[in-house]
Amino acid sequence: MIEYINKIKEISERLLKEGIVDIIIGFRKGTMPMMNEPCFAKSPEDIKNLVWDSNCGINLANYLTNYSADRKEKIGIIAKGCDSRNIVNHIIENKIKRDQLFIIGVPCKGMVDRRKIVSIFEREIKEVTEEKNKIIVKSDGFEKILKKAEVLQENCAICIHRNPVVYDELVADLVEEQKDVDRYEDVRRIEAMPVEKKYKLFDDLLSACIRCYACRNACPLCYCPTCFVDESRPQWVGKSINPVDIRTFHFLRAFHCAGRCTDCGACESACPMDIKVRTFTKKLEKDCFELYGWEAGMSLDERPPLDTYKFDYPD
Amino acid sequence: MSDWEPKIVTFLCNWCSYGAADLAGISRMQYPPNIRVIRIPCTGRMSPKFILTAFRQGADGVWVSGCHPGDCHYIEGNYYARRKFALFKRFAEHMGIEPDRLHFSWISSAEGTRFAEVANEVVRAVKKTGPASGYLKAA
Repeated sequence: MIEYINKIKEISERLLKEGIVDIIIGFRKGTMPMMNEPCFAKSPEDIKNLVWDSNCGINLANYLTNYSADRKEKIGIIAKGCDSRNIVNHIIENKIKRDQLFIIGVPCKGMVDRRKIVSIFEREIKEVTEEKNKIIVKSDGFEKILKKAEVLQENCAICIHRNPVVYDELVADLVEEQKDVDRYEDVRRIEAMPVEKKYKLFDDLLSACIRCYACRNACPLCYCPTCFVDESRPQWVGKSINPVDIRTFHFLRAFHCAGRCTDCGACESACPMDIKVRTFTKKLEKDCFELYGWEAGMSLDERPPLDTYKFDYPD
Repeated sequence: MSDWEPKIVTFLCNWCSYGAADLAGISRMQYPPNIRVIRIPCTGRMSPKFILTAFRQGADGVWVSGCHPGDCHYIEGNYYARRKFALFKRFAEHMGIEPDRLHFSWISSAEGTRFAEVANEVVRAVKKTGPASGYLKAA
């Protein structure tokens, strides 16, 4: 994956120089190892800051909407499989127009979960580099080589759409998709539990939640001008960290993503308390697939399941 | 506990089920007093927020009823509602709300009898499940 960056820079530079786009949304190095941050390159000089490695788990589609109620300029955006599906979501939800975008497609081989690396390494990480399928973690006078497959983000490990769905130019050949992946093993395990046990499970899961809304802010689907948690007349959700308020918030947040979630994992990697928030959205993803055969963001011509209906569907 | 009576927040579509409730009343039909009716313009107006707010404020069950498929006053509102509700019910169970607390039905304004029947069924089901506390916010 790391070899993609030269091609990304080359394409980005050309797009900006030729005036095909006004801005490139990509990643630059963050202030800490494994914390790449989104960046907006507006001139060819900015291009040198762009990076691409296995720490680009943030979903860049988020930046097409949240900070730009009406973006008029032409945007170049770097998109992995999941980002591209979220771009499709934005297009079919009329948040942005297809011809306003130049999508630089990146066939993805999965992003690493920095928390896994931190827990394995057990000391302060000074530098992280990567080679082919290895992640090399360094501290002062100490080095450890990890297999990338072992430290992948959970959603990447079960990803079946690594290649971008829509793109104008690819940075490399398409990668082989993972086959025979059981995407819903964990959801089925929860489904088998009695209701009280499920309730208890989520009590434990959510006990750490501090209501920082990082999961909402990182999510490309959450672009409402006024979020339901900020509505005060009527106030649907209490603002406290009362367990019922927390649970209601997560319930509604997940339900808003029904039929739209691409399981990009942005919510989970943004959570400062390590809450597995994908546990909620995955259930809805599974149901949408089972009930309506729907996978979000795969086509520009189909309407999402809650925006359409069939006459003969049984009640 | 034996004298506990459930509160069931009932969202009725203005054009069909609300009329059915009227008809049931005018016809002096008997149905349990546990339901608290809220009139909505169409089942398509239903939002998951309404249901969770009902539970949060002490409801033990929620019942949503609207026009039969094909009879929606707004042509298609109830079709959208059907999908939303199907997904909601499954998700609610995942999140720890017993499926017996959530009910959805189609009742036209001519079906006063059916309204009373379904009201009975819903109350029976919720009674069996017992008081809801999972999403109740202590005042």
